[in-house]
Amino acid sequence: MTAPEILNEVNKIFIDQLENENIILNSASTADDIEEWDSLTHIQLVVAIEKHFKVRFTSTEIQNFRNVGEMCEALVKKIKAQ
Amino acid sequence: MTLPSYSELIKNLKKDNPAYKKIRIAILGDSATQFLVKAIHGYGIEKEISYDIYEADYNQVEMQVFDTSSDLYKYDPDFVILFYSSIKLLKKFYAQDNNRKAAFAEDFLNKCSSITSTLASSLRARIIFFNVHELNDSIFGNYANKTNLSFLFQARKINLGLMTMAQRVSDLFILDLNVLQSRYGYSFSFDPKIYINTDAVFSLDFLPVIAKNITDIIRSVTGIFKKCVILDLDNTTWGGIIGDDGMEGIQIGELGIGKAFTEFQLWIKELTKRGIILAICSKNDETIAKEPFLEHNEMVLRLDDISVFVANWENKADNITYIQTVLNINFDSMVFLDDNPFERNQLKKAIPEITVPDLPEDPADYIAFLSELNLFETASLNEEDEKRTRQYQEESRRVEFKKTFANEDEYLETLNMTADVRSFDKFTIPRVAQLTQRSNQFNLRTKRYTEEDVARISDSDEYVTFSFTLQDTFGDHGLVSMIVLKKEKQHLFIDTWIMSCRVLKRGLEQFAMNSIIDHAKKTGFTLIKGEYIPTKKNGLVKDHYLNLGFQYKDDYWYYSIGHTSFFKTHIKENK
Repeated sequence: MTAPEILNEVNKIFIDQLENENIILNSASTADDIEEWDSLTHIQLVVAIEKHFKVRFTSTEIQNFRNVGEMCEALVKKIKAQ
Repeated sequence: MTLPSYSELIKNLKKDNPAYKKIRIAILGDSATQFLVKAIHGYGIEKEISYDIYEADYNQVEMQVFDTSSDLYKYDPDFVILFYSSIKLLKKFYAQDNNRKAAFAEDFLNKCSSITSTLASSLRARIIFFNVHELNDSIFGNYANKTNLSFLFQARKINLGLMTMAQRVSDLFILDLNVLQSRYGYSFSFDPKIYINTDAVFSLDFLPVIAKNITDIIRSVTGIFKKCVILDLDNTTWGGIIGDDGMEGIQIGELGIGKAFTEFQLWIKELTKRGIILAICSKNDETIAKEPFLEHNEMVLRLDDISVFVANWENKADNITYIQTVLNINFDSMVFLDDNPFERNQLKKAIPEITVPDLPEDPADYIAFLSELNLFETASLNEEDEKRTRQYQEESRRVEFKKTFANEDEYLETLNMTADVRSFDKFTIPRVAQLTQRSNQFNLRTKRYTEEDVARISDSDEYVTFSFTLQDTFGDHGLVSMIVLKKEKQHLFIDTWIMSCRVLKRGLEQFAMNSIIDHAKKTGFTLIKGEYIPTKKNGLVKDHYLNLGFQYKDDYWYYSIGHTSFFKTHIKENK
């Protein structure tokens, strides 16, 4: 799975979990850009992404993602390692 | 069992509906409760409950409870939910010296006890305590069971102590977190990552389970619970088809997978012992269908356990409607168990109010599946519950007997009805409280009272109370009706008038009205004031006061005593 494909899947998860059809993510997107993305929904998103890609993030990763790009990078590595 | 997921519950929040039942709850926890609050709110909407939730600030349990001027008391909730988590208690436990460790449960239970009494003294709310997860931190390994210095020992002691406390305090309920965490597994229920990042102690996947169980308790306290289970026979109650396989061929007891059905029957029998009514609805020839109940040595269920037995070739929706008429309970208090998906779907379409679980294909899974659904949550128990099966059997015989009379009066006269009329006392208070909680149909104002409330009313000079029992040739109905009158300046106000639907059309209403009139005459009241508060379920008594000759004025009903005589009745008072 390529990075753009992953971003696309992640985008769908954001739309579903945050119930906002208009979310368009790019690598630089942060919680500041998306109204519904707060500390509570962050956990919801992480759990949904973990389930979708069948991966587990570490606690450190969850705290340190600065934007969607970093999350997708971590995903690419985890999926490759499988 | 398929519960909605956490994100589905979140999506429910947009579907909140002003027509749903409003319930105010306060949640106080020693960990982050935001996820829990959202899950409970979302689950409520599944059950047509619109929760209004007060969430205390993080870790403010004692601050809020022991300061009776706090926001908690201003909020005035219907339920206070208190949640101390093992993972937080464990940290406190670690900080103690050995003396305090040995007394940890005792100290904690003392705190719970003062929390409960403080809340009860200033709020009318029911209290729901989470019990604690019986966590083995592996400091001692299995030896934790042999020392009182282990957290495991103290956690178990806490749980037993909470149960004892809940038996003493009728407004206190326990959410059995420990059982739920064992059922679903600790690694399913707890997500260390979420705990580290947010200080919330449940995984998102586990939250719907908690939300469901809290809602189960709340629903049962507010009068929504199951009263009756209806069983199909072939491949549900026993293995095989009685009409084809015959008595020797059906699987029960030692034969084939009979053990699964035996265990299922044992479970159902236990339900009937605690007051759940059992009915049978089967596509069969009646004589053949009854044979195993009479003749088969290994059957656990017997005809004595069954209140209504329907076996014929009609469609099940009609038969269940017949059962509903005989029992006189609402469809939403009935559960129908049938192995056949076709029958289930047909019934779900015909009578959507009935609960029809999609039983697993393998009968070996029945009990585990049904246990998880937690269909039979209850808010109270009393001795009357155990007699219920017999009472409904008597009712079936009455229905048959009545068919032999053309004239209602003549029938009622032959019943030789007698009644005890008493003020509430310590023997009747539990049943009276239960009637206020359970009765939905013949209930004029649907005020729910706890045992404490009833005791308070019964001790107060402002109120006059009546409880009525009813006996007849066929048996004893027990305590079936109650009235609370409030003395107001000009009149007696009927605060509560409830009657069990088992005794409809016996003239007990008129008999009870005579008691009111008699009391008014003796104490010099000249006016009785009544009120009908409509609910979804009490349409039955819409014209209750009209039928008794009350006059309607400005939302209330009035009855002048004056020279009125007593109503004609076929019931004699036991003196």
